[in-house]
Amino acid sequence: MKKSLVLLTTLLALSTSLFAQGAEEQKDEVYFLNFKPEVAEVYSEKIAPAFEEETGIKLKVVTAASGTYAQTLKSEMAKSNPPSIFQTNGPVGLAADKDNAMDLSSTEFYSILGDKSMALQIDGYPAAVPYAVEGYGIIYNEEIMEKYFNLLSKKTSVKSMEEINNFATLKAVVEDMQANKANLGIKGVFASTSMSPGNDWRWQTHLVNMPLWAEFKEMDGYNSVLEAGLAASTTPFKYGDNFKALFDLYLNNSTVAKTLIGGKSVDDSMAEFALGQCAMVQNGNWGAGQILGVPGNKVSPESIKFIPLYMGLDGEESQGLCVGTENYLCINNSVSDTDKANADKFLTWLFSSATGKKFVQEDLGFITPFNTFSESEMPSDPLAKDVIKWMNKDGVSSVSWAFNAMPSQEFKNNFGADLLQYAQGSMSWNTVVNNYVNNWASEYKLANK
Amino acid sequence: MQKALKKYFALFALPGLICFAIAFFIPMIMGIVLSFCEFTDVTNATWVGLENYKYVFLNGEFTTALWFTVKFTVVSVISINLIAFILALLLTKEVPGTNVYRTIFFMPNLIGGIVLGWIWQLILNGFLLQYEATLVSDPRYGFWGLVILMNWQNVGYMMIIYIAGIINIPKELNEAAQIDGANRKDTLFNITIPSIMPSITICSFLTLTNGFKLFDQNLALTNGGPGKTTEMLALNIFNTFYGRVGFEGVGQAKAVVFTIIVAVIALTQLHFTKRKEVEA
Repeated sequence: MKKSLVLLTTLLALSTSLFAQGAEEQKDEVYFLNFKPEVAEVYSEKIAPAFEEETGIKLKVVTAASGTYAQTLKSEMAKSNPPSIFQTNGPVGLAADKDNAMDLSSTEFYSILGDKSMALQIDGYPAAVPYAVEGYGIIYNEEIMEKYFNLLSKKTSVKSMEEINNFATLKAVVEDMQANKANLGIKGVFASTSMSPGNDWRWQTHLVNMPLWAEFKEMDGYNSVLEAGLAASTTPFKYGDNFKALFDLYLNNSTVAKTLIGGKSVDDSMAEFALGQCAMVQNGNWGAGQILGVPGNKVSPESIKFIPLYMGLDGEESQGLCVGTENYLCINNSVSDTDKANADKFLTWLFSSATGKKFVQEDLGFITPFNTFSESEMPSDPLAKDVIKWMNKDGVSSVSWAFNAMPSQEFKNNFGADLLQYAQGSMSWNTVVNNYVNNWASEYKLANK
Repeated sequence: MQKALKKYFALFALPGLICFAIAFFIPMIMGIVLSFCEFTDVTNATWVGLENYKYVFLNGEFTTALWFTVKFTVVSVISINLIAFILALLLTKEVPGTNVYRTIFFMPNLIGGIVLGWIWQLILNGFLLQYEATLVSDPRYGFWGLVILMNWQNVGYMMIIYIAGIINIPKELNEAAQIDGANRKDTLFNITIPSIMPSITICSFLTLTNGFKLFDQNLALTNGGPGKTTEMLALNIFNTFYGRVGFEGVGQAKAVVFTIIVAVIALTQLHFTKRKEVEA
């Protein structure tokens, strides 16, 4: 019996030593839970060593796998050594983490934010600061457009892109271009309306932003479009017809038949644009790399530019690109004061020191909202440049990202699936609108119960 | 010796029991408990009683997926077993080259489900292109696409099991039948099929549970599209658990219901086919 006891205790002792590893001594360290997998290596291989060298503080960067940030954040927060800096995607996300986000009003990081109204508030104090602004619209290939403007057989009187500032003109030009596609050497005006699984976000999130924004903008008594949207427990999809007008234009003047879009991905669409098979594609400045990186790419960086999403809304001549952010940073309220100070130090360093700014400009490629960046320090890719140009254009104001007010991902997915069925002819537009209205109401109820 | 064995039995069984408890028993109990809770990870569960189960059955999504899965499983169990059995009969005839064919038919089974799903998506979309359609144009395309894919993947494996069964039928039985004047049909229904009942049991068990648990092929081929019309149970559970914030509990409840359904169906099937097994 004694022997077996000895054996048992050794066994248990062995197993405890197996599980006991992992407890480390505390060091001056900033733990950053990164959201963007595409730049994870920039943080770990370039920024972390440089930061440690300049300040002596270690930077620990953990990146959540694509689509799992919320889960990862929740389980990391429950640990004894939680992240000091974490990301949130907007007011809906911040509401879920509001106990963890500290008051940033006295931090240096908040003080370098150019437009203070861009920060997200909790109970009157700034809790999340945006760090990267993005914009989207219709990307066009200027070379093909020039070819069209000089075409002998063209039927419109439009001679430059500046003249296209409303839906009627856009429609006339697009339909005439489609009729002349052989002369222009393209397969269709618009790249395929990609709808394969997981590739419908350009329509169910980005395109529908326009009608959402127009609807919420008209509501009185709110500080912002987003605030009005978040308070909307129901929506009539008031500008659904405008959405349909532009969506139909995409479908009917495309490189592929609309029954085939269920097999197309965003990559396919971007490749069609890069290979010069189409003249336009709806996407954002993040797509520049996708266009210029396609093997055999026939588009020069100088000829890719934006026009806004015209769909016949009132006053659309002064409407700009959809500019906004889904990227905000918060500092964790539950870490020690030293950790908080170090987190502030890191973020300020990254967005204001010469070394940090160089990384942001060259490796991370963010258009930042901080006043520490001069015009020459903005990213160099052509689409980001064009977004900045549109943001500063006289007589034009940007459209904010009202889609951040959508009640849930499920709402978007259902809407995307309906759009596909509508395009394939197996669902009427009325059903799409009805489902949209009903889903909004039921998902809002679930999200706010 | 006997006494020593008794004395140390508990000790020697301990590592196995610990592993079983950690890897299977405790997670299973936790899983069942969590299905009655609202939670985002295992540390912050709060008890909500039957709320999750109510949602599972009142929201039509799960029952739609269940119905689709049942239809798919019935069709694929019949077609896979039929084709596999016919192939096995052909490849046990004394003709040259049977080994080569056996290997060829078995090979698709060695490729992973996700890869197969992608390959078949390309093939089927390429075929449907001439009709200006894709796999997600109509739920029927997705359904038959899945059936074709499952057959292609599983027929070879089931065929090997049937071949093993057929080879093991004693030669004397067939000879005796021939002497008694039995024709081919009689031999097939009175000798071959009864003798390979164990193979039929195992093959129908495997195809039935494979059909019910199908996940990666479904994910890669249609991902449930169009809409959720070709979403099977396992994919529906995955999408509920990981795709919707705050629905972890509902996903967990669905998983418990799923486990019970699969267990009940598999055990019933085993019970019925086992009764038909005979000793040669």
